[in-house]
Amino acid sequence: MNYRLMAYGNILKKDMQNYYLKPPNLSWGIIFPISWTLMFFLRSGSDVDIKAILPGVMALSILFGTTSMLSVTITFERKSRSFERLLLSPISLNLLMLAKTTGAIIFGIINAFIPVLFASFFVDLGGIQWTLLFSGVVLIAVTSTFLGLFIAVSVNEVFEAQTFSNFFRFPMVFLCGLFIPLEQLPRVLRPLSYLFPLTYGADILKFSVNHQASINRIVSFAILLLYAVGLFLVSTHNIKKRWIY
Amino acid sequence: MHIIEVTQLQKHFGDFKAVKGIDFFVEQDEVFGFLGPNGAGKTTTINMLTGLARPTAGTIQIAGHDGIREIKKVQRIIGIVPDESNLYDDMSGYENLVFCASLYGIKKQEREKRARQLLKQFTLDDTGSRPFKAYSKGMKRKLTIAAGIIHNPTILFLDEPTTGIDVESARQIRTMIRSLNNQGTTIFLTTHYIEDAERLCDRIGFIVEGRIIKVEETQSLLQEAQREHIVEFKVEHLDEGVIQEFLQSFNQIQVPRISDQTIRISSGRPIELMPYMEFLTSHNSKVLEAKLVHPSLEEVFVHITGVEIDRLKKEKEGKK
Ligand SMILES: Nc1ncnc2c1ncn2[C@@H]1O[C@H](COP(=O)(O)OP(=O)(O)OP(=O)(O)O)[C@@H](O)[C@H]1O
Ligand SMILES: [Mg+2]
Repeated sequence: MNYRLMAYGNILKKDMQNYYLKPPNLSWGIIFPISWTLMFFLRSGSDVDIKAILPGVMALSILFGTTSMLSVTITFERKSRSFERLLLSPISLNLLMLAKTTGAIIFGIINAFIPVLFASFFVDLGGIQWTLLFSGVVLIAVTSTFLGLFIAVSVNEVFEAQTFSNFFRFPMVFLCGLFIPLEQLPRVLRPLSYLFPLTYGADILKFSVNHQASINRIVSFAILLLYAVGLFLVSTHNIKKRWIY
Repeated sequence: MHIIEVTQLQKHFGDFKAVKGIDFFVEQDEVFGFLGPNGAGKTTTINMLTGLARPTAGTIQIAGHDGIREIKKVQRIIGIVPDESNLYDDMSGYENLVFCASLYGIKKQEREKRARQLLKQFTLDDTGSRPFKAYSKGMKRKLTIAAGIIHNPTILFLDEPTTGIDVESARQIRTMIRSLNNQGTTIFLTTHYIEDAERLCDRIGFIVEGRIIKVEETQSLLQEAQREHIVEFKVEHLDEGVIQEFLQSFNQIQVPRISDQTIRISSGRPIELMPYMEFLTSHNSKVLEAKLVHPSLEEVFVHITGVEIDRLKKEKEGKK
């Protein structure tokens, strides 16, 4: 086996065992989407409502599941110096960061489908465009993981990473068009919505589930990809500048 | 062959110059030590050599590679033991070793075998399944060294391998370093313990305030030291006036140490004792003991670095 692939796989495996599959994280990452799901579903009675709310719950699960993880897998490891060991290993920084983020991406994707599983008990999920939905979920998971990465490498303390990510997360949740449609947002806030990657991701999810969309899907995909690449490059640049000083 | 060759290496942190243009080389198969006080720039130099810090200026050649541009190639053949453990707290000793090996492309079976073998070698096999955070300081250091050599590196960097651990663990670690070196690993270590340098290193570089002030073979440093004759007097009491008078009367001889109870004098020639005894008795200072001190590297170190610090001070004052 290629040594790069081996290193990639083992870093991923170590993170899975050390962080993702640990009870506190399972409770945060799995129970959180479950409770959101239940809360929304119990409040809304009819089929239409559950399906209307589903893309939103999915997007939230991904966003919170991914961004919160990076403060542990990166900021915390940096603080405890074990991250240095990875920086000193012979694999390239890009591969290393990919290995460190793959776990969060997978975790985000799994989190996204927990609400879907729940919804399937209550409503008929026929009519959903699964391929499109899955691609949307993957792209949201990738961009929000890399957003978390960007935050994690820009700070020194775990609590800073958490505070800083809320600074992004909450405005994104309210302005991404999931709970208040983009068309109904106050005019002054709308440009802000279009700055957030989640807006484009949410639009893809909404179209896959309910066939409503405000943005062209090709545009949405392109913008999400651009965000992903951009955030990743800025993050690795930051590591080179701040941590390989 | 020079396996490491460094020229005009500098590291600035903003206005502060931590390393001020150093030149040195490390011979293949030798143990080379950087000896210097706190803040001398030892760790900063190791960080530049291993790829954790980017030099401000200068060049590094390691095993035929450019140590700056081709650092990833260099990192395949070097092992690094930092001054503080950087393993994973929640993983066991064994898991830590197996994981570290996987970063260097060692196959699963091989790395498990190697991890068990190293735990045994470092007498950690009883505790291999305990989480790293439950290890004592000495055990942590040993495991960190084991992690540093799991991929059989050609060159091993050790930053203060014996600082902060008990005598027995330090002894084990020195034995380890020597046997690694006997098996052909080139060693670069830093320390501020003279005994370590004396016992382990083939050559020593003295580093003070970001400058290398001397690089020399340990043997010839010791011989140089041995040429010094040092005598120490233990006296009942000396008051300040007598001390001053003593220094004035014997201004031909070096007095590396003087206090109210000891006087240490040193010279390149044999020291005649009578004049000193007479001086002390005539000043009512009872001499309790006069003994010959075997010069060690410590004397050389103080000598070399002391002179340098004085010179640096003068330079600074000169600037003002
Ligand atoms: N990241 C940094 N930013 C600013 N200054 C730094 C940084 N790292 C080191 N220094 C400074 O550079 C100087 C050399 O530090 P270094 O850690 O290399 O010393 P050292 O010889 O390893 O000392 P010690 O024996 O205490 O470990 C010190 O004055 C230190 O404060
Ligand atoms: Mg140091």
